[in-house]
Amino acid sequence: MKVFIVPPNSLILFDLVERFGHEPLSAMKAVQERLRNLEVDSPPINVTPEDVKRGLKYAGIEVPSGIRGRLALWGPLIDEAEAAIIMEEAPYFFGCVGCHRTNEMVKYLLRKRNIPILEVRYPTDEEEAKAMVVKIKEFLEGLR
Amino acid sequence: MIKIAQLSCGTEYSGVQGEIENAASTVGAKMVAPDLDLKDVDSALEEFGFIPTSPQLRMMIARAVQLAHGRYDADAVFIATCFRCAEGALVRNEVRRYIQNHTRLPVVTYSFTERTKSGQLLTRMEALVTIVSRKDLLARERQVGLTAGIDSGSTTTKALIMKDNEIIGKYWLPTGEVIASAEEALEKAIEAAGIARNDIEAIGVTGYGRFTLGKHFKAKLIQEELTVNSKGAVWLADKQRGEATIIDIGGMDNKAITVRDGIPDNFTMGGICAGASGRFLEIVAKRLKVDITELGKLADAGDYKRINMNSYCSIFGIQDLVTSLAAGSKIEDVASAACHSVAEQVYEQQLQEIDVRQPVIQVGGTSLISGMVTAMRNILGIDPIVPKDSQFIGAVGAALLASGFIEG
Repeated sequence: MKVFIVPPNSLILFDLVERFGHEPLSAMKAVQERLRNLEVDSPPINVTPEDVKRGLKYAGIEVPSGIRGRLALWGPLIDEAEAAIIMEEAPYFFGCVGCHRTNEMVKYLLRKRNIPILEVRYPTDEEEAKAMVVKIKEFLEGLR
Repeated sequence: MIKIAQLSCGTEYSGVQGEIENAASTVGAKMVAPDLDLKDVDSALEEFGFIPTSPQLRMMIARAVQLAHGRYDADAVFIATCFRCAEGALVRNEVRRYIQNHTRLPVVTYSFTERTKSGQLLTRMEALVTIVSRKDLLARERQVGLTAGIDSGSTTTKALIMKDNEIIGKYWLPTGEVIASAEEALEKAIEAAGIARNDIEAIGVTGYGRFTLGKHFKAKLIQEELTVNSKGAVWLADKQRGEATIIDIGGMDNKAITVRDGIPDNFTMGGICAGASGRFLEIVAKRLKVDITELGKLADAGDYKRINMNSYCSIFGIQDLVTSLAAGSKIEDVASAACHSVAEQVYEQQLQEIDVRQPVIQVGGTSLISGMVTAMRNILGIDPIVPKDSQFIGAVGAALLASGFIEG
């Protein structure tokens, strides 16, 4: 199944989703095309001005362009997600050094999809980390 | 008394709460805040799915949930947050969608600054009240008897005579002094219709000058242009049943309205920026030394992509066009870029606030500029319908609705 991960560029969540036999939907996937596509004027870039306009589908004109640009990348992935894992309270180095408002919107868009979602907190010690991995494993195995 | 539920954040400390209440009371409505028990907030947020950091936005969502569950009765909804607040803008839009998915209440959204005055809110509040209180009148699909409609717009004044569901006389002229312009337009329309002024059974007025004209003509109907124009547009396009989206780019402001069976259920109204209006196109035509009526054909012969236009602004946008002309660009391309710019701004600033439903009916004076219709088609990927007499929508709507006052 296609599983959207939050933070969307978390390597640990990406790895876990893939390891348990699912397809991770991540920022890496969305940005990859822009980094490699020769038609984009001056790669590597994350978004183009056209992307920001496309982001209007997910957030109105008064929403800052950084949010719309991010949503232009992740919105289509959220639309195709069949499940999601949301990691709360993750430190900077865990995932996206991103925009809090975008994170709020991403979680909202996921919740609106009515798909299975696992919400976990970033672990603070080894025991919690083990428990979190078990939870994620059970969730992903349950998706089959 | 019409009850308008206020779902907002920031109004008290922005100094605009009094202005909102003034606008509502001017049109016979009362602002109300849906009752809320603090213990309902968490469950409401859980149901809604968006958990903002701002406590007041959380309350706003919880109030929306109260309305959606029918725990609080209101006739219409006004959703507002501060301009420039990202979280507010996100929540405002999603609350609007939520209310529309869960209720049949008419909704208007607004982002305010500390300078917002009641006058700016008046037309929107009036439209909400009209939709609630005049549903029967708005449901009229046929004009009866002999009625006149006058639309006193910011740029042009239009008058039109209808008899038994047909237009029999019409006239328009640039708006100067409001009463004199309306008198002249009406006299010429009467002349074209071949009737006597005394034969007219009811007059309806709309547009910026509606209150002044309403008194002068002792009009039966004095109504804001959002509901009147919707009615006129669906009548002219013969799309009275089902859903439609009306795009009305006017001289001074723009309206994007969705309707169901001819009754508006959502609308946005621009007007702060001249860059997305007929006024901008007038300035362009003047700079290109062509008549405004020729601008559309000129634009259709050009390609907007050849012009580097970085701004929609009527000052800086024109600067871009002047720079392009100075660099040797063709006037066709400049005309096309101007039309594209207006259409793009309407799309970005207004159409994303409503869920565009087909068919799209493009009306107002700018719909006569074919390049504007081409630009909307390119941007929306939908072919807009431009009905005959599309610039007369306000006058047609007013004449049609005014006939509701002469039937028993």
